Amino acid sequence: MFSTYPGQVVVDHPISVPIEHRFDPYVDNGGTLLSIAGEDFCVVAADTRQSEGYSINSRYVPKSVKLSDKTVISMGGCYADCLTLTKRIQQSMEWYQHAHGKTMSTAAVAQMLSIMLYQKRFFPFYSWCILGGLDEEGKGAVYTYDPVGSYERETCRCAGSASALIQPFLDNQINFKNQETQKHTQSLEKVLRITKDSFTSATERDIYTGDYLEIFVITSKGVEVQKMDLKKD
Amino acid sequence: MDHFPTNWGNPRSEDVDNYNTYPVASHIAKVPHSVTQIAGYGHTSGHPTSHTQQPVVTGTSVLGIKYKGGVMMSADNLASYGSLARFRDVERLHQVADFTVIGASGDISDFQYVKHLLDSQMIKEYNADDGHTLATPNIYEYLWRVMYNRRSKMNPLWNTFVLGGVHKGEKFLGAIDLKGTPYQSPSIATGFGSHLAQPILRKEIEMRGGEENISEEDAVQILKKCMKVLFYRDARSMNKFQLAKITDEGVTISEPMSVETEWAFAEKIRGYGA
Repeated sequence: MFSTYPGQVVVDHPISVPIEHRFDPYVDNGGTLLSIAGEDFCVVAADTRQSEGYSINSRYVPKSVKLSDKTVISMGGCYADCLTLTKRIQQSMEWYQHAHGKTMSTAAVAQMLSIMLYQKRFFPFYSWCILGGLDEEGKGAVYTYDPVGSYERETCRCAGSASALIQPFLDNQINFKNQETQKHTQSLEKVLRITKDSFTSATERDIYTGDYLEIFVITSKGVEVQKMDLKKD
Repeated sequence: MDHFPTNWGNPRSEDVDNYNTYPVASHIAKVPHSVTQIAGYGHTSGHPTSHTQQPVVTGTSVLGIKYKGGVMMSADNLASYGSLARFRDVERLHQVADFTVIGASGDISDFQYVKHLLDSQMIKEYNADDGHTLATPNIYEYLWRVMYNRRSKMNPLWNTFVLGGVHKGEKFLGAIDLKGTPYQSPSIATGFGSHLAQPILRKEIEMRGGEENISEEDAVQILKKCMKVLFYRDARSMNKFQLAKITDEGVTISEPMSVETEWAFAEKIRGYGA
């Protein structure tokens, strides 16, 4: 007969179990984002496609937002949650600015975001966040998050639908994993090349990535934005 | 009225309230005389509070396109009750401020509630009397927050709204769905339209090299073409629709119109048309 496992009950008659239909508040709007920290700069890049299932809602809905001259945040996952979280962060930063007379540092925003995410531990923001910016010493900083607030500072990270395609490439090209090359920090030109190549490649294979790529470059001079085309199919 | 034949001929039971004729929740304590009047339930139906899980009377696609002079939207005049074409003169495009139109697909009762909310908001703004009126991006943000907060309470307004307008020379066209997802695009189509009409809208914009190269006549032709396709292929549509035009001169919502369709080929079909 059938083998049973502990706790399983086998009966010889049909049983009925109520089926529950519930409204599902979450939706995955797709898209990919990455951030790479350099010696004195930080790059935050994300595609701009917003999807829902097999449809494209819009070809240009930016996923990255400039929070200050030193900090840029990018979020993927459920766009409604991401946008709400972004607004909450911006509002908190404004309160901080008025209370303390200065802009929140990247590290301070990083900790605050973790707390904000955990506060919704039992009805999470379905958002994969990456915070990129310059730390108080002017060095590039990247903070990575999971949807409930676990965070860590890293050199480079990508998140979103094509993260599994890009992260290994970044591990090899930025951190020189499995290579005999001496570890060194890459120049801004090299990092931008790696970023663009990551996205064009991801666009080939991931249906949720494409349309346009927006790259935010944070340096001591401020934040500069570049936009380039990606394949629209 | 008791629809259930098994109940006919028997005394009605006070314990069963299928149509929620008692209030759902009540804090008023009464002398108990039936099963529903147990501690905590008071004069209630005895059911726990439940939330909207499905739309009842619904509208189908709403389309929107940006063009040279402004924004144009279209929606048919049908409100369906499942597969029944119940209400055939419903206006699903509604003017909000001087330069904004909201189009609704999904549950019509929720749309009526949202119309009431928007009217209240407009009155509050008027009473503030500070020289400002709500522009399309402001109404969009307000609507988005309402939709997002309702979904976060697990009791959504079961609609996808399209908001179109002009503000200070800038054209605005965006959509918000029942889960609170907002997005803006040069062309918008909800429901079946997202599959049947959106490809046509996007191709027309691309062919002409952008929304600035679409004249008003072009926009009307493009929307009519889409409405024709939708009438042919969407089983919950009707060949009676309105067009809304928003320019910097204001809002015009047309009288109901229809498109020419060809059905003569149907006589030649045998079986399922193979």
